Amino acid sequence: MEPNSPFQRTLREFWPLLILSALVTAVVVIIQAFGDPIVSRSLTEALIRLVVVVALFIFIGNSGLMSFGHIAFMMIGAYATAWQTMPVMTKGIFAPGLPEYLLQNSHHWIPATLIGGVAASVVALVAGLALMRLSGIAASIGTFAFLMVFYSFYLQWSTWTAGQSSLVGLPMTTTPWVGLVFSLVAIAVAFFYARSRFGLALRASREDAVAAQASGVNVQVQRLIAFVVSAFLCGLAGGLYGHFLGLLTVDTFYLPLTFITIAMLVVGGMNSLSGAVVGTLFVSFAIEILRVLERGVTVGVPVKLPANSAEVGLGIILLLVLIFRRTGITRNQEIYWPWKPVVSVSSVTRRQS
Amino acid sequence: MAFALQVLIDGLSLGSFYALAALGIGLLFGVLKLINFAHGAFITFGAYALILPSAATEATLGIGALPAIPLVILIVGVVVALALLSEFAVFRPLRDSSPATLMVGSFALGFVIQNLIIMIYGGRPKAVGLWSDLSAGVTLMEGVSVPKLQLIIIGVTISLMLALVFFLKKTRWGIHMRAAAEDFRMARMLGVKADLVIMLAVAISGMLAAAVSLLYVVQTGILDFRMGVPMMLFAFIATVVGGMGSLVGAVAGGFAVGMLSILLQTFLPSDIRAYRDVFVFLVVIVVLLMRPQGLFLSSAVRERV
Repeated sequence: MEPNSPFQRTLREFWPLLILSALVTAVVVIIQAFGDPIVSRSLTEALIRLVVVVALFIFIGNSGLMSFGHIAFMMIGAYATAWQTMPVMTKGIFAPGLPEYLLQNSHHWIPATLIGGVAASVVALVAGLALMRLSGIAASIGTFAFLMVFYSFYLQWSTWTAGQSSLVGLPMTTTPWVGLVFSLVAIAVAFFYARSRFGLALRASREDAVAAQASGVNVQVQRLIAFVVSAFLCGLAGGLYGHFLGLLTVDTFYLPLTFITIAMLVVGGMNSLSGAVVGTLFVSFAIEILRVLERGVTVGVPVKLPANSAEVGLGIILLLVLIFRRTGITRNQEIYWPWKPVVSVSSVTRRQS
Repeated sequence: MAFALQVLIDGLSLGSFYALAALGIGLLFGVLKLINFAHGAFITFGAYALILPSAATEATLGIGALPAIPLVILIVGVVVALALLSEFAVFRPLRDSSPATLMVGSFALGFVIQNLIIMIYGGRPKAVGLWSDLSAGVTLMEGVSVPKLQLIIIGVTISLMLALVFFLKKTRWGIHMRAAAEDFRMARMLGVKADLVIMLAVAISGMLAAAVSLLYVVQTGILDFRMGVPMMLFAFIATVVGGMGSLVGAVAGGFAVGMLSILLQTFLPSDIRAYRDVFVFLVVIVVLLMRPQGLFLSSAVRERV
């Protein structure tokens, strides 16, 4: 192959996207080949989380603002989807407050999930108009308060969300393959967003907000765009999650899930898409191993960890990464073209961090 | 009049919890720029320390069965030890990183402590009767009867605050601490021993957490691994409303949030009363937007360009 041939240049440019998609697909194919139903369920959950973590990367990675509120978007998407897809019979029992149209009709999960994503992004647009005016610590606390507002609201809104109990009877349509498709879409969205002028402008504001502003970047607007895009993906993931669990509880979308997804992103390296993907795969794998050990296995001698070892282990992994390798597994780099680098002006300017 | 007094005392005693927790968080924010998500776990840990060393399903008081004075000393000791351990293991290695990293780090720490508690004691709430005779009512005036405990809570809070003010204003280490909170690098250059001041702040924060755990367990009589978290969340609100880094602000914010909760509880129409917490959390966002520096300005919060 000619170095610098148009084909090779294109390949190099899209290398991170290709290799990450291939990696995720390979993992799914290999695990599905074994056909273990329990592992396959964990896989689906991991893929849904991958969508969330990639969405988190779109906002956190590019803007540099820590958000503790994205799980609220997942919740909004999950309930908005469930209101459409639940069987008419159960709707009347668990969510009698729904409007007449929703009570009488039940829709296919694909359009319903998309509408769930749109609902989450509409909320993000409205909330973001206010929240994106904040910076630094205030922004993190603001998103946290946002999560609390929606969590407390959904917990009390019992005619629509069944409050403290749960919405049940959602069709369980989310298979590993569905998860894979949505993961690939999320990775592609994140990749192309990061390459776009919007992604570039937002990263400029992350590096130096004042300089970016002086160069004509409207920081608030750029943050808002990323916030809405990532909320859309979180909403989709929420819809998938409901159709993975078969039932929805408000408590699902609270601090533990927030913690796990942020941990995945930080462990991988929060400023790169590769970090989001690698971190999710790594942490999911680690949790799965710990869960197996919690159930007890015999490797020569019987090994059995106490309950909740997975959570404790995850917390400790995150602390170790924060202390010893702050830039995460990927050192905040994308996976680049591994062969002899041919540096040209265009490839330098297009470099993503 | 009687009704107003009743509401006032309810608000003050609830606000006392928030103010104490907010002080613990605000103190660390001052010197470390750390928003301590693990504070709730400290509070929970202090409460569970009452049933140390037993881990049986039936809660039997261990330390909690001791007479009051050794009990308080031991519980405070346990929580302070935990806080100092956190400082050595987590906060110190992370000291130079960004506030966002610190926040994630303390989030992880809180998560670990909370899950260790579940691992050891199980996830089910446990009933403990500690000093239950304090819940007896006292009649203040005609028609106003409040549990003795509420008055004790308010009293303990006020005396702890006075002690803290004395420490910060009059003692050498307190002055060092205030200097460090004002401008950490400058204070170091002038001879303030950074590690020691931070350790002191962490220890005091642990003491305040222990005070909250004790008072809260006496009030509710229940141990639950989630108990510290709501307390911490409202304390966050209090610190934000009062202005991050301002201790006076944290206290005022704590009482304000307590009063607001009780007032909403009392005066909201019954069909939206359940949404009380939604309103309280909305207040944070509104305050952040209108007055990002909080109601009380402190120099610690200003971001430098």
